[in-house]
Amino acid sequence: MSGSVSGTFVGMPKFPVAAREAVNDTQLRRNLGHATATIRGKRAAVVDEVEDWEAKRQQGADLKDDVLAHLDTYLLQLEERLVEAGATVHWARDAAEANAIVIAIARAKQATEVVKVKSMATQEIGLNEALEAAGIDAWETDLAELIVQLGHDLPSHILVPAIHRNRAEVREIFRREMGQVGRPAPDDLTDEPARLAEAARLHLREKFLRAKVAVSGANFAVAETGTLVVVESEGNGRMCLTLPETLVTVVGIEKLVPTWDDLAVFMELLPRSSTGERMNPYTSMWTGVSDGSAQSDGHTGVVSDGPQDVHVVLVDNGRTTVLADVVGRQALRCIRCSACLNVCPVYERVGGHAYGSVYPGPIGAILGPQLRGRQGAVEQSLPYASTLCGACFDACPVRIDIPEVLVHLRTQVVDDHRGRPSAEGLAMKAGAFTFAKASRLQKAQRAATTAGRLLRNRSRLGRLPWPLSAWSESRDAPAPPTETFRHWWNRTHDDLHEGEGS
Amino acid sequence: MSVPDTSAAREEILTRVRAALSAKGTHHARTDSPASRPSGIPESLPLTELFVERVEDYRATVVTCAPDAVDSAVAAALANVESTVVPSGFEHDVPGRVLREADVTDVRDIEGVDAVVTTATVAIAETGTIVLDHGPGQGRRGLSLLPDLHVCIVHAEQVVRTVPEAFTALRPSIEAGRPLTWISGPSATSDIELDRVEGVHGPRTLHVLLVEEPHDPGRTRPDS
Repeated sequence: MSGSVSGTFVGMPKFPVAAREAVNDTQLRRNLGHATATIRGKRAAVVDEVEDWEAKRQQGADLKDDVLAHLDTYLLQLEERLVEAGATVHWARDAAEANAIVIAIARAKQATEVVKVKSMATQEIGLNEALEAAGIDAWETDLAELIVQLGHDLPSHILVPAIHRNRAEVREIFRREMGQVGRPAPDDLTDEPARLAEAARLHLREKFLRAKVAVSGANFAVAETGTLVVVESEGNGRMCLTLPETLVTVVGIEKLVPTWDDLAVFMELLPRSSTGERMNPYTSMWTGVSDGSAQSDGHTGVVSDGPQDVHVVLVDNGRTTVLADVVGRQALRCIRCSACLNVCPVYERVGGHAYGSVYPGPIGAILGPQLRGRQGAVEQSLPYASTLCGACFDACPVRIDIPEVLVHLRTQVVDDHRGRPSAEGLAMKAGAFTFAKASRLQKAQRAATTAGRLLRNRSRLGRLPWPLSAWSESRDAPAPPTETFRHWWNRTHDDLHEGEGS
Repeated sequence: MSVPDTSAAREEILTRVRAALSAKGTHHARTDSPASRPSGIPESLPLTELFVERVEDYRATVVTCAPDAVDSAVAAALANVESTVVPSGFEHDVPGRVLREADVTDVRDIEGVDAVVTTATVAIAETGTIVLDHGPGQGRRGLSLLPDLHVCIVHAEQVVRTVPEAFTALRPSIEAGRPLTWISGPSATSDIELDRVEGVHGPRTLHVLLVEEPHDPGRTRPDS
């Protein structure tokens, strides 16, 4: 029975279309509004506790910029440390190569299933779908990812992917689906979160204990020591990282930090920015293979600790393209905290699915089009999925100037379309034509004020004629005035005219 | 199907990185920041007091004891437990049915044991965190993961104030290739409607025994 059922974001409608549908979903808006308001409050409280939060943000940004500026050196250093520590390092230019490596490793172990720790990188490359196609079950073990997987759904948030589901829906999903892929949910399952979490605990326990291969991502990779880091809350990470014999970790090449001590600032920035906690419940750090030699305790033979076959897959998949854009490359600083999603007024009202992309929200709007290119309608619309309010920059722990990159991408999208007619282009041309000569402007003003007099009892116009109709679809325009300023001035300040020169 | 050789991919990625970094154009990063707000950390709180407060914030139990009372404190923590797994190198007495790590070949075989006792390497007051490097007295990683109750002994001398200080203290462990597990309270999730629920896959109960410094219990330690 296949366990890998989550879909991909292929063929999603572009943002304005998807958003219009999403804003009408009142339950989604209620869930999201409550969720994001709660996390915002928690984040604000723990950030206020930190004396030099702004200095830490700057430190985080500088460290990430340093990594990016010397990425080749740091990657080579990381590889060397990992190999010294007994890990096997693989490099993947794109999603297809990365998936092929993971499948090959699983097949070499004759594994028909893998357990997974939540990883955005594996979502990005479509790993679950690739494993399924290769006849290998991929069991998501993060509670929210489990809910999404069992619900044959798509994640809608970087950190809490099932936020669009309420407890009653989760209960339904568990009751319907758990038995198809493993231990069924108890008959008397209620929708209390504590009971739902317990059902997940029991359902997944058997999978943790029997799995031979685990797949994870990594929040950070320390170049100096070859140490990988997984930050989590539930313990499923610890289960996957330490019980199976084989571990494969998929890491985007931008996830490096220079030295062990540099990691400290990120362990301060990430928990407070993401879940609004001083520290998340569990963080696992490991360097290659652990031989557990401390446990040999005088007995013959060394007892091993955790996976003895450790693999790391370093993935590009468009990151070097982003790196080549001097303005856009700051997006690679991202530590996937999701603080930007939680403060974004647009995200709060439409949710993650409307972005039609693995990475939703503000960071998704700048990372998606850069990683995947601007050919698709979704990617072209994402830089416009913003009011440019700038709350995301204020919240970002590594100071990514998201509004700057959004505008930068917008200019690229406009340049892509230069030479092709568009409603906006025509409106701009008409405006330029009108403003080019005083006589034309006067004629236009006369027409407008005539219309204004005819519309005397209306103060707003809901619909404008083409080509302005696209603009007025979601905006109201003020009704034109009944006389121009110049005309009004001359009419009411006739005396000044006469007084001139005296 | 053998695992493909990825040296060609490696060369190409490194080439692409170098080419990307020589891209033309300059970018000046933004320098403005939101106004900073006053910190809420009570600066004067003694280290161990801050640690206790922060650990209790995670709904973990913290009990303080004198250095000569550790055995009885351990016994009290394990009072309602039927079986406990004990790491190699753990030096205190453990009551009741005990499974010694040396007798455990595959860590998964301890499934069903109620509790585990360990020591720790470093603790962080600011965040209420305990760090294990799985050396003597701490056990293989699976040992402190599978049982439902984790009793952890932390010595007052092991407590540092900040996260950066902890990293400094942990460098020897990392350089020795040891894995680390950072623990801040029991396992939890907020994935369902953001309602925080304790106990998904790790121990649902964390019981911390804070051992006072020898010869002078209750003394406020000067901060480093």
